[in-house]
Amino acid sequence: MSEQDPAIEVSALRKRYGDFEALRGIDIAVQRGEVFGLLGPNGAGKTTTVEILEGYRARTEGTVSVLGHDPALRSVELRRRIGIVLQSGGIYSQITPREALAQWAGFYPRPRAVTEVLALAGLEDVADVRCRKLSGGQLRRLDFALALVGDPELIFLDEPTTGFDPEARRAAWETVRSLRDLGKTILLTTHYLDEAQELADRVAIVKDGRVLAIGPPRELVARPSGTGPAGTHPPGSERYRVTYRDADGALVELDTEDPTALLNELTARALAEGWRLRDLSVGRPTLEDVYLELTADA
Amino acid sequence: MHDVVVLGWRQYRLERRMFWRNPSAAFFNFVLPLLFLAAGGAILSGSQEDLDKLLPAIAAMSVMATTFTALAYNIVFLRERGVLKRIRGTPLPTISYFAGVAANAVTNCAMQIAIVVVAGRVIFGIGWPHDWLELLVFVLVGVVSFAALGVAFAHAIPNFESTAAYVNAVFLPVLFVSFYVFDSTSAPEFLRSIAEGLPLYPLIVGLSGAMVTGKGLSDNLDALAVIALWGALGIYLAVRGFSWERTGA
Repeated sequence: MSEQDPAIEVSALRKRYGDFEALRGIDIAVQRGEVFGLLGPNGAGKTTTVEILEGYRARTEGTVSVLGHDPALRSVELRRRIGIVLQSGGIYSQITPREALAQWAGFYPRPRAVTEVLALAGLEDVADVRCRKLSGGQLRRLDFALALVGDPELIFLDEPTTGFDPEARRAAWETVRSLRDLGKTILLTTHYLDEAQELADRVAIVKDGRVLAIGPPRELVARPSGTGPAGTHPPGSERYRVTYRDADGALVELDTEDPTALLNELTARALAEGWRLRDLSVGRPTLEDVYLELTADA
Repeated sequence: MHDVVVLGWRQYRLERRMFWRNPSAAFFNFVLPLLFLAAGGAILSGSQEDLDKLLPAIAAMSVMATTFTALAYNIVFLRERGVLKRIRGTPLPTISYFAGVAANAVTNCAMQIAIVVVAGRVIFGIGWPHDWLELLVFVLVGVVSFAALGVAFAHAIPNFESTAAYVNAVFLPVLFVSFYVFDSTSAPEFLRSIAEGLPLYPLIVGLSGAMVTGKGLSDNLDALAVIALWGALGIYLAVRGFSWERTGA
């Protein structure tokens, strides 16, 4: 395979547990060097998708390629090239971070230096403390460190900052950005919109085992209202949200691709009818607005 | 191949280090059989015949405690904590991992058997084992069988909190029935049949032959066969039902 092939290719992926269909046809392609976000509510199928890609679960249907391998075959060759941060992964209670990293480094052909990884994860101060004495945030940083010590090309982060305080989240975000700067490919699941917006080059919004929209956060935000597939909006089109109070004081929200015309019309009407446009604002919808629209039950 | 061996050795070293750092595990592994020996020895002192029976019984209990009990505990703990799942996501070969874990149990077992044998010689005047080969064979087959049964039994334990209850519900009855039938000449026939069908009693019989009575391997082949059959069942169940992940119960 060449360097230009996508790091991850998934097509028509389905997963059934008995009668329950957790995934109903997922199609995504993650390019090399990209930070790709899987965003969706709990139970949307994010973790199921990621665990199929990591080789933990067998798929029911569809094709999956991770760095050119079928993860279901669980080849050692593939696992040498990926790093996994599980939603919740434990560690021996009597081991220290330095020892754990040294042990894990031994699994990989070209590991990074333990001291370097300790520094990257911000664990220098507790490098020789037994894990049972570490805080939840410190253990989470160790999760990151253990996933990185093998110097993987592709890193899976399953809800990496769930339960973090704001400061710890920013620190984790910095780590993810530094990994991207190193050219790593990252697949990230999250139910935090701001996290997806901050970190991801592209986002797939997932719900009920389907991809509802896919694209860079900026473009998802710019999509015309309605729920047409992503990327169907005319090039250059942008979406604005105009908010104001009408003559009766009721708050009105309008979406438009042409705020100039809308504002002209509004101000003309207000002047003609002799009322004031109070609380007027023109803004861009956030990813949150798009997300709520897409994931709202119709 | 080279990798598999090196990584297995590294895993073994890690397991040993973790073992020594867990004081309660270390305690149970070494002090418990000594306590049993001391208590039994105090009660039975004066009767060499009873001491002769105590020693192989404690040795067999050591085999079961270091393999069946310890592995059931460890596997459930590591599974419920998510350590197994994390390890599964790394390139560490499964065979290396389990070789390291099993070798750790074997080391504990070997140390306990050594303690019991030395105590028999030094404290109870029983002398060195008559048949070292028989001792080795029974300990080896016992270790493999009870280790496999421990891993298999871990599948039945839904969460770490209930591990002690599950393990003791098996360990203690098996221990008492086997000890009682081995010690008593007047045990009811049905109890004797049960004990002879379980893996611990045949192990006591074999170890007794090796350590005390001098009854040779060829006379104890039926006992060896019972342990090996349990071992085969244990290996089948251990591999078939193995779960790397939290069961969620």
